[in-house]
Amino acid sequence: MSDLSANFQRRERRLRFLLLSPVMLILLFAASGPLIIVLIYSFLTPGAYGNVEWSFSIDAWFNVILKRDIFTGELSFADAHLTVFWRSIKLSLMTAILAFLLGFPTAYFIATRPRRYRDVWMLLIMIPFWTNLLIRTFAIMELIRNEGTVNTLLMAAGIIDQPIQMLYTEFAILMGMAYVYLPLMILPVYASMERLDFSLVEAGYDLYATRWQVLRKVIFPLVKPGVVAGSILVFVPCLGAYVTPRVLGGGRQLMLGNLIELQFGQLRNWPLGAALSLTLLAIVMVALIFYVRAIGREGASNV
Amino acid sequence: MSERGFDIRRQTGFNTIAVFCFVMLYLPIILLVVYSFNAGTSIAIWEGFSWRWYVSAWDNEKVQAATFRSLIIACAASMIATSAAVLAALATTRTRPWRGQMLVFALVNQPLMVPEIVTAVALLIFFAIIKVATGYTGLWYLIVAHAAFCIPFAYMPIRARLQGMDLSLEQAGADLYGTPFKVFCRVTLPQLWPAILAGSMLSFVISLDDVVITEFVKSAGQDTLPTYMLGQLRRVITPEINAISTVLLAISILMVSGFFLLSRSKK
Repeated sequence: MSDLSANFQRRERRLRFLLLSPVMLILLFAASGPLIIVLIYSFLTPGAYGNVEWSFSIDAWFNVILKRDIFTGELSFADAHLTVFWRSIKLSLMTAILAFLLGFPTAYFIATRPRRYRDVWMLLIMIPFWTNLLIRTFAIMELIRNEGTVNTLLMAAGIIDQPIQMLYTEFAILMGMAYVYLPLMILPVYASMERLDFSLVEAGYDLYATRWQVLRKVIFPLVKPGVVAGSILVFVPCLGAYVTPRVLGGGRQLMLGNLIELQFGQLRNWPLGAALSLTLLAIVMVALIFYVRAIGREGASNV
Repeated sequence: MSERGFDIRRQTGFNTIAVFCFVMLYLPIILLVVYSFNAGTSIAIWEGFSWRWYVSAWDNEKVQAATFRSLIIACAASMIATSAAVLAALATTRTRPWRGQMLVFALVNQPLMVPEIVTAVALLIFFAIIKVATGYTGLWYLIVAHAAFCIPFAYMPIRARLQGMDLSLEQAGADLYGTPFKVFCRVTLPQLWPAILAGSMLSFVISLDDVVITEFVKSAGQDTLPTYMLGQLRRVITPEINAISTVLLAISILMVSGFFLLSRSKK
């Protein structure tokens, strides 16, 4: 009898292995496996014409934030890299804040519609999100470039006589990223607002709270896990953004993604590019751990 | 309760901001579409309706080649991703829980967590090694890379459907001496089709829209439609780009709406 069940278990294990193998093979070949090679490459010496030479070196990791003076050999901070790191983090944070300021009221608006219309409103939020990121970035570019809609309208109205330079500034990247990632804020905030118990809000008013107090002391604490989740969901892709800063920053306002690309393009320093990629990955992983904890708290608070 | 018409749900200014958001979400896209029909060469000054930019995009050999390549890659990648995802979803829903299940789950979702630029760099390095070793520089690198990041999008709806299914039908099939394979083909698969279709449509769109990974993995002369458009940035922008964008947008919206309809139909 136990022989039979052992046999059954063995067969189940084999079947499971066979069923999982295609997905695992593809992912190991084209997602997880290559990451290990990136780690190896970050410890090699850059080749003269790109790629690498197979000799061990930790220079790439040094160069992530430090630089060595060619003549004196003195170490100092690599200002160019730090500027890019700082810009990436600053713009990602600002995007998350902007997305919160716009997304929170929008999620609240949707959550207070009649139940049968809420799905439709959410669909309206999600449709742009599922369309091509490059095209949405293009759309923003066409809006704010010097010959674009905004400047043309303002000049036609006689408000300005010189186009305002908006494209290729940090402002353009901020606008673009907020536009592109706003749905990632609205989605989790709406999810926690939908379960909001409005009798608590009513209780607040019964106790003579103002609208602002109810919002700050009742509604916000209840949906905070959703806000935390949304902020991280916006922050993470902004940090690794490549297309939006390339199109709207025009190579003048680099973010981390563009700095990494430069190492594999013009600057021909693959190990440094590898080290920068892994640094980005590490920051993102830390943010995702916070995300999982925020989701976990929300799950616990529903019990 | 609300004798003075006091609405407890109202928050000052929230409706205004929400309406602003909805307008801002669609206005840039609508303008982009409108100017694709512009008779002039500007993307800001309207000079009358015309199809000329659609005609010029259609006649552009580079656009034709890129479109063809995009479609081949998206079809192949979504088919591979969906087939692999069906098998994996069966393994995670139709066998008893086992240790290592979390690992599989983490691996499947990896493309959603790791920034695209990091995966792109990793693939650039890895495929460079393979290209040197084998000398092969064809489309399969792109197809496999696309299949990998499509897997989570194909896996999610299929797994959800398998979990929501009534198991008694499959048990009845097994009781009537159907082999597991036969039960899958005759009982599970017919119920699973909407999810398979939904997953493959979503994968198709995700693959069609990809820029970053394609930009890093492609060999010379392997532009897809999005990387072609990105390459056009340095030149003078004409509404031709808008015309191509409009067609891509239409495909995405059709596919995504189809996805939503199919994944809702189970309720």
